[in-house]
Parts: sequence; structure tokens; C-alpha cells
Amino acid sequence: MLSYLLRKIALLVPTFIGISICAFAFIRLLPGDPILAMAGQYGVTPERYAELREQFGYNLPIWQQYLTYLGQVLTGDFGVSLGTKRPVATEFATLFPATVELTLAAVLIAVVVGIPAGIFAAVKRGSWFDQATMSVALTGYSMPIFWWGLLLIIFFSGYLGWTPVSGRIGIQHFFRPVTGFMLIDSLLVGRPGAFWSAVSHLILPAVVLATIPLAVIARQTRSAMLEVLGEDYVRTARAKGLSPRRVVGLHAFRNALIPVVTTIGLQMGSLMAGAILTETIFSWPGIGKWMIDSIGKRDYVVVQSGLLLIALVVMVVNLVVDVLYAVINPRIRVAS
Amino acid sequence: MSDEAGATATAAEVPTGARPRALAEFWHYYSMNTGAVIGLFVFAALVLVAVFAPLLAPHLPDVQYRDALLVPPAWQEGGRATFILGTDPVGRDILSRLIHGARFSLFIGLVVVVLALFSGILLGLLAGYFRGWVDAAIMRVMDVILSFPSLLLALVLVAILGPGLFNAMLAIALVLQPHFARLTRAAVMAEKSREYVVAARVAGAGPIRLMFRTILPNCTAPLIVQATLSFSNAILEAAALGFLGMGAQPPTPEWGTMLASAREFILRAPWVVTFPGLAILITVLSINLIGDGLRDALDPKLKRS
Repeated sequence: MLSYLLRKIALLVPTFIGISICAFAFIRLLPGDPILAMAGQYGVTPERYAELREQFGYNLPIWQQYLTYLGQVLTGDFGVSLGTKRPVATEFATLFPATVELTLAAVLIAVVVGIPAGIFAAVKRGSWFDQATMSVALTGYSMPIFWWGLLLIIFFSGYLGWTPVSGRIGIQHFFRPVTGFMLIDSLLVGRPGAFWSAVSHLILPAVVLATIPLAVIARQTRSAMLEVLGEDYVRTARAKGLSPRRVVGLHAFRNALIPVVTTIGLQMGSLMAGAILTETIFSWPGIGKWMIDSIGKRDYVVVQSGLLLIALVVMVVNLVVDVLYAVINPRIRVAS
Repeated sequence: MSDEAGATATAAEVPTGARPRALAEFWHYYSMNTGAVIGLFVFAALVLVAVFAPLLAPHLPDVQYRDALLVPPAWQEGGRATFILGTDPVGRDILSRLIHGARFSLFIGLVVVVLALFSGILLGLLAGYFRGWVDAAIMRVMDVILSFPSLLLALVLVAILGPGLFNAMLAIALVLQPHFARLTRAAVMAEKSREYVVAARVAGAGPIRLMFRTILPNCTAPLIVQATLSFSNAILEAAALGFLGMGAQPPTPEWGTMLASAREFILRAPWVVTFPGLAILITVLSINLIGDGLRDALDPKLKRS
């Protein structure tokens, strides 16, 4: 198991170098001079320009600049935001829990609804339930989620007035964050009103972000179950006279779970992409909105480091999924 | 028009050349999937709408009727018969803009898929055929591209290239291309050691001929399914970029861009938001239905032989 883990980590090294080269190249590929771009509309004097060139190391050869950059990144120095003048790492750390909370809530919805829906659709293959579920799943899979979010706002916030339109919590409930997770923090400070405010803020964005993974998981669970239900050992289990519940739940589902776990893992990248749209629509103060705002404000230090950090997060999550996959499926860690 | 012709032509070529029997067999399996047939008809209708947009649209897409700002759809109170789906905040007819928008969405899908398909096939063929360091280099680059969330990478590329429809298409093509490279590489590796390839090599075929004439035609089935999926993905991503202000720029009647400029009116004038999104959903759904049908029809595992 340990050698499997080490091999997986070793494989990530070239990918990490590639990611860091992309982030490094990003600022240098921007049209125009990087220092003039950073200086923005105010401009710089020639002396200050030379000084800045020295300071950022733009006078060095390109490979030396890259090694300097790599050294900074590896020691946790991600630069300082041009807009807020705060370290990018600090900004990332304050905003990241909001995205994690939203993403986890979305994954939870997708798994809790998607897996049972897929199982029932497979067991009742060809029934109206199967057809309805798969039609809804394909619609969800085809959904432009930015529009779907706006529709939910129109209906639940505008027409019914049940949920707030934006943010993470009502301002009357403001408190100092402890963990950064609103649901946990509001319970920690012991205010049920704040907790319900946080829930009502979270529910719509979470549903929107869950839509596509939910559809993918339901479809994948159904096809994995159908494949497994046709296997000999399932027929044997049936022939032994085991109850259908036991056959489906124990024999079939556990084996169908393997491709489903992979699917959930593969959704992580698209969840981050979805978070960009969802956070923008609901003004959710997470890293997706932070990236969009920074691109809009041309805060390229934030964009560069955000790009790198988000890719690293996706990379680490994929590693965890790979390891989980090997845990539930011993064949993998032996075979590869 | 070219979309539809292209789609049916490639679909026909799949099972061993464009012989009528193969086409009939393909249609036999494809038409068993009702959803796929519906999807095909909806998509054909969309292509017709896109081609004949200037004839079908009741108004010009950019004309602002200053006496008709935010008119609701015809069936709602205050609606007017000339503006069936209502007007937007500057008095443009929404239906006409949607009809013209179909041209953009289908064009985006077509261009992106062609770009991603050709570059992906080329890279995948090289990687799968030559293996070794060529393979390692190409596939590591693909890994890096795939390790970024696609929309984020597209956004950053557009930030470098500058916002606009053409740059957005380039960015999306680059982001979707690794899927084709991986598929082609896997298929080439599986086919390369088959006897017919060895026979062709013994007969004196060079690498180029082996790659493009001998091996590639036998790898097309998964590529066609992936191309369909990428077509719908490209439309979704382009709309998302437009929505975020980084794709087609106003006043282009691109559906995502229309949604972006309608955002502030969602509670006052829901129709400005509803219809462009519905157009995206219907288009993407019809293409995905076609993709499901193609996968069932082309997947030899599901075929009874």
C-alpha cells in the first residue's frame, strides 16, 4: 500500500512542474509589459521601473526566473495581491473554507440523491421510474448551471421569498469565524438563528453546484449496477435464495461502488469550475468568485497564484481519490 | 447546414465505409433509442433555424425599439403580438436575438470540435504510434491541461488572449483537446499490434500511411461519441464564458452573453433571463441525446452479433 502511495506521489511531480510552468508563464504571456500591467493606470517613472525590474527579477534569464518562482512557491510564498496588498496565501486561506463548505454540501446532495436514484433505476430497469430518472439526469447533465441558479433565485428568493439572494449568512448574525465553516461556526457560538441563516444561504448554491455531479453519479451508478447485476455471482446469490434487498445491497452495490467512487473523484475538477459560476451568481465569498473578481480587476498576481493553488487542490483531491480507490479495490494496487 | 451534413456524413462512415448496408444497420441500432431520434430532430430543426435565421426572425437582432423596453411575452399581461417572447432592457426582440444566437452556438460547437478533434487525433496518433519519449512528453502536457478545471483554464487563456468569441473558441478547444488525444492514443495502442497493421507494415506501408490510413479508421467509434459530447460541452463553456463577460461581447446575440446583460433584471423581468437559458438547455440536451444514441449504436459490446 505504501509503495502504491509513493508511486502515485512520484507521478505527480512532473504534473506539478507542468502546473508551475503554466502559472509562471501566465504573467509573462500577458500582452504588454508585466511591470506596466502591475502598475496599472498610474504608470511608473523610469527609475522606479528599473527598480521594480530588479525587485521582481525580470532582468535575470528566464530559467533563473522560473527557479526563483519555484523556490518561492515551494516555501509557501505566493506573492502579494496588487489590489488589497495582502499576501495571496492569506486571502486564499480565508476564502477557501467557503468554497470547501459549498463543494462538500454539493457532493453530499449529489451522492445522497444520485446513488439511490441510480440503484432504483437499475433495479427497476425500463420502468417509468427508470425512464423519468434518466430523463431528469440527462437534463441535469445538459444544464447551464449559471442559468439554473438564476431560475432558482427567481422562484425561491423572488416569488416565494424563502431564501436570501446572496452571501453566506445574514448580517444581523455576524460573528468572528473560528473554523471558516459557517455551519460549524454558528453552532460553536451557540446561536440557532445564525445556523438556520447559514443553512438558508447555503441551500440554493449547493443545489445548483450539485446538479451536474448528481446527474453524472445517477447515470454512472445505474450503468455500473446494470453491469454488476448481470454477473454470475449475483445470479448465484439470487439462486441461493437471498432476499433481493441483500443481493442488491450487499453483493451488487459493493462492486458497483468502484466505478462510482472514480466518477465522484473525477467530478472534483468540474466542481471547481462549477464553483466559479455558482459563487459568482450567489455572491458566495469563495475562491471561485475571488478568481473572477481578480481577472476583472486585472490583479494578475492573484490570478497566477490562484490558478496554481486551485490546480494543486484538484491534484491532491485526485490523489486522495486514487488512494481510496485502491483501498476499496485491492486489484488496483497490485496490478499497477 | 454544414453541421448537419457533417454530423450525418461522419455517422455514416462509422461501420466500415459508407456502404448502404452499414448505414442501415447503424440506423437500426440508433433508432431503437427514442430519445436519440428526438434529439436528432430537435438538432436538425436548430440547424435549419440557424441557417435561415434572417428569414425566420421577425425583427433584426440589434434594432432597439425605444418605445418597447422590457415588454413581457405576448401571452402575459402587457405583452405585444409583435414581440412574442418580449423585449430586453433596450427594446430588442428576444425571439429574433435567440434565432440569430443559434448561429453562434452551433458555429462555436463546430469550430471547437474541429480544432480539438484534429489536434487531439494528431497528438494521440503520435503518442500511441511512437511511444517512448514522444508519448511521455505529449501525455504529461495533456495531464497538466487536465489538472486545471476547464472553465478556469479557459478563463485564464482568454485573459491572456483578450476577451472575444474567437479567443474563447481557441481556449475551449485547447481545454477539450486532451480527451481526444487520450482516446486516440489508447485506441492506437490497442490496434497497433493487430495482424492487419503488421500485414500493412510488411507490405511496405510507411509510418504516415500506417497511422492515418491503416490504424485511424478503426479508432473512430469512441472519437465520434467524444466529439458529440465535446460539441455540447463547447456550447456550454462558451455560454459560461459569455455569461462571465469573457466570451462573445455585447451586442452579439450569443445566448450566454444575453444572460449576462439580463442578470440585473431577473426579479423585474424574468423572461429576459428565462428564454436564452432555455435555448442553451434545449440545444445541449438534444446533442447529448444524440451522443447517448451514438454510443449505444456504436458500442460493439452492446450489439448482438
